[in-house]
Amino acid sequence: MTNERFKAEKERLEKLSDEQLNDLFWKKAEEIVNPLIDLAQTHTSPSIERSVLLRMGFNSLEAKKIVEGIFERDLLGKGAGNILLELAKHADKDYLTYGKELVQGSHWDEMEKCFKGV
Amino acid sequence: MKWKNVLRGSDEMSLEKNTKINVDDILKDLKSYRPKRKGWTWRRKVENATVGGYEYSDTSENLKESIPLPPAKFFGNIDPQPQEIITSEIASGRFEDDIRRMRMAAWHGADHIMVIRTLGQSHFDGLIEGSPEGIGGIPITRKQLRATRKALDLIEDEVGRPINFHSYVSGIAGPEVAVLFAEEGVNGAHQDPQYNVLYRGVNPIRSFVDAAVAKNIMSSADILQIDGAHNANASSKVAWKVMPELLVQHAINSLFSVKAGMRKDLIALSTVPPMTAPSPEFRLNFIYALTLRDLFKDYKFRAQMNTRYIESDLFDATRIHVLDTVLSRLTKADIQSTITPDEGRNVPWHINSIRGVETAKHTLIAMDGIQDLVEPKMENLKESIRDMKIRAILYMQDIIDSGGYFEAVEKGFFVDSGFFPERVGDGIARKKNGELGANTVVKREEDYFAPVCNHFGYNKIPDGLAKACDVIGGCTLDDPEKIQYINELDETDNVSVRMKVNRESDEKGLLKPEVEWKNDGLIQIDMTIPDNPDVAEAAALEICNRLGLEETTVISKTVLHPAEGSYIELKAKVPFFVDRNTLKIPEKPEILTAEEITEYVHQHPIHVVAGTIGNDEHSVGMREILDIKHGGIEKFGLSYTYLGTSVPIEKLIDAAIETGADAILSSMIITHNDVHLKGMKQIDQLCKEKGIRHKVVLISGGTQITNEIAIDCGMDAGFGRGTHGIDVASFLVKALKELRK
Repeated sequence: MTNERFKAEKERLEKLSDEQLNDLFWKKAEEIVNPLIDLAQTHTSPSIERSVLLRMGFNSLEAKKIVEGIFERDLLGKGAGNILLELAKHADKDYLTYGKELVQGSHWDEMEKCFKGV
Repeated sequence: MKWKNVLRGSDEMSLEKNTKINVDDILKDLKSYRPKRKGWTWRRKVENATVGGYEYSDTSENLKESIPLPPAKFFGNIDPQPQEIITSEIASGRFEDDIRRMRMAAWHGADHIMVIRTLGQSHFDGLIEGSPEGIGGIPITRKQLRATRKALDLIEDEVGRPINFHSYVSGIAGPEVAVLFAEEGVNGAHQDPQYNVLYRGVNPIRSFVDAAVAKNIMSSADILQIDGAHNANASSKVAWKVMPELLVQHAINSLFSVKAGMRKDLIALSTVPPMTAPSPEFRLNFIYALTLRDLFKDYKFRAQMNTRYIESDLFDATRIHVLDTVLSRLTKADIQSTITPDEGRNVPWHINSIRGVETAKHTLIAMDGIQDLVEPKMENLKESIRDMKIRAILYMQDIIDSGGYFEAVEKGFFVDSGFFPERVGDGIARKKNGELGANTVVKREEDYFAPVCNHFGYNKIPDGLAKACDVIGGCTLDDPEKIQYINELDETDNVSVRMKVNRESDEKGLLKPEVEWKNDGLIQIDMTIPDNPDVAEAAALEICNRLGLEETTVISKTVLHPAEGSYIELKAKVPFFVDRNTLKIPEKPEILTAEEITEYVHQHPIHVVAGTIGNDEHSVGMREILDIKHGGIEKFGLSYTYLGTSVPIEKLIDAAIETGADAILSSMIITHNDVHLKGMKQIDQLCKEKGIRHKVVLISGGTQITNEIAIDCGMDAGFGRGTHGIDVASFLVKALKELRK
């Protein structure tokens, strides 16, 4: 912001009451934060999906392996927990057992078939 | 909520005041340990409190067990507790040793224990497990959290106040760490995506997307959040110039947190007074503090002491910290955090953690009720406050004009050392699509589903489910039995291996000094060398070498004068153990009960004369021993003639003769040139010359006097620091019983 603009804007803002200034402060903060929160609302990440698997009862080592595999297969956008539940249901297995088998290297083809149609 | 039914705590264990905490017991059965409670706890303010006869406006409930401030002995050992939470940062790299320090800190009044993470944990893409040793902090793992929480659960029962346990939800594994904290009963955490971006080089997009999820999980367990804005203070070249930016950083994180599901009363702004003397610090710090508190009325404040200007001088650090805490009391703080005064020297030591807590407690209690007595002259401050707000508003306008937060970060807007609108061009610039974890954020698809509760963001929960985790029969936040506990992953780097090293010496009762870790052997030694700083440093090292100390390092140097002298502080290792079983511990004399003394005095009246001898104006110690209100000998019926201070020895003895006294109590604090030793000898001599030595009991007291010294100088007894009236009265009764036989 140039000094000239700063001076002009400051002069304008000086006319506001204390309360109006405070309101404007929070309005500007909202303009910055809204796009950030929208982004978070609609996206996920490996850490987020690992946090889901932890909450489902996997340990951190298992969560890491499973999410890595799902991320490599471009399927993270479906949700790691979602994928596990779907596949386990198909295989008629408990999802925790199924997940541990994924960690051992099984079922990855099924995942691609089921969710990518390959 | 199911969780409540499985709260276990440590019902089977409790702590004994005179027994060390048993770390082996803490480490037992961790697999099934559950925290006693979750969520942040504030202190309970007591309205119109009275402690020891003094009225307080800003205090909370007293503790069951505590160690009061040093002057408390002059005030009936009261230990009023400020209404503010007090933080102690304890993270030496070995949690098993930190647990003991946490107990020390809690006894001194800390109820917020903050554990700094080990170097590099922010960049660890996942959770660390087990109990490896940390560098500059602690590797935060489930095992470490569970053990520490278990210890704190015991300690809080012992002191009688909940202890908030705190660490960091930052770095590239934020959401997982948040789950871990929610599961393990961590009560507070730092979380600020801007901190990741600016100081940890984490990709900006990843940082914000992860943060929303992490914050929502934290809020599900009522974990208090502290932001990271204050770091700009420490990083910018001229601290006061970033003040408008600090307001902006606080606003971004606070509002983002609220939108991610956090309650405002669980969001604490981390704020540090930016300046210190020799700048006119209050002019700047006060205006900033008032502006911040006005804009963020609904939020909480965590006031932190300034570290930026501290090098290695403990006294300098303490002065700065006292003034920082004065500012907290003059404005508002909900949490007063402490920095150990030795942070500039080493990983903080036990003693300095305690000193930090004492500094905060002392200052807050000293300033109790100050806002009832003084208020700021707002007419002199208003313009500056408005100016700062306007700069912050326009700073945000500049961010919006540049395309938004990520674009502003790319352009290096933040931590620039110019005073906005000036920009010097030395800000921290981070690429929107670069840095650690870049390109790992993925759009949630239409069928995205996470079968867990407290999950921020889009979640296509299948029809018919009341909540997302019903499909898996409840998640770990509901049912802790689902949590998997990993004990250790590394056979060579864990707590059992570390504790084994000290097992033998422990069993044999061998002792070494300790500053942070068991048997670290470190001591601090200080000396003044009458020479220039370079010579003084070399001389000090040589002296320690000849004393047989090892690994000697100079930790601080104060120039008294360029040629006349330098004060050197060193640390060094003691290369031997001492055996606690062979130590000669002077036996404590058996003290008569108050009733026994009173009864004897009632039947056999005792009169004493007392005074501080020589050219010595100290009177407090003697008054303590005499006065009824301090529990002095008067309380037991003894009568006394008090001659005051700087009493000539002859006058003291003449008064004893005139009043027919049974004893002479002489106090001597000044020890210059061994004047105290000479004084005692003269009293003994003069009593002999005047023919009364056989019928009077001679007692001396003072901070540098011991019983042995006094007896060597002809006294019947000597009393040093920590003496109470009853000690002297008991001795007198016993001695007079002998004498009167």
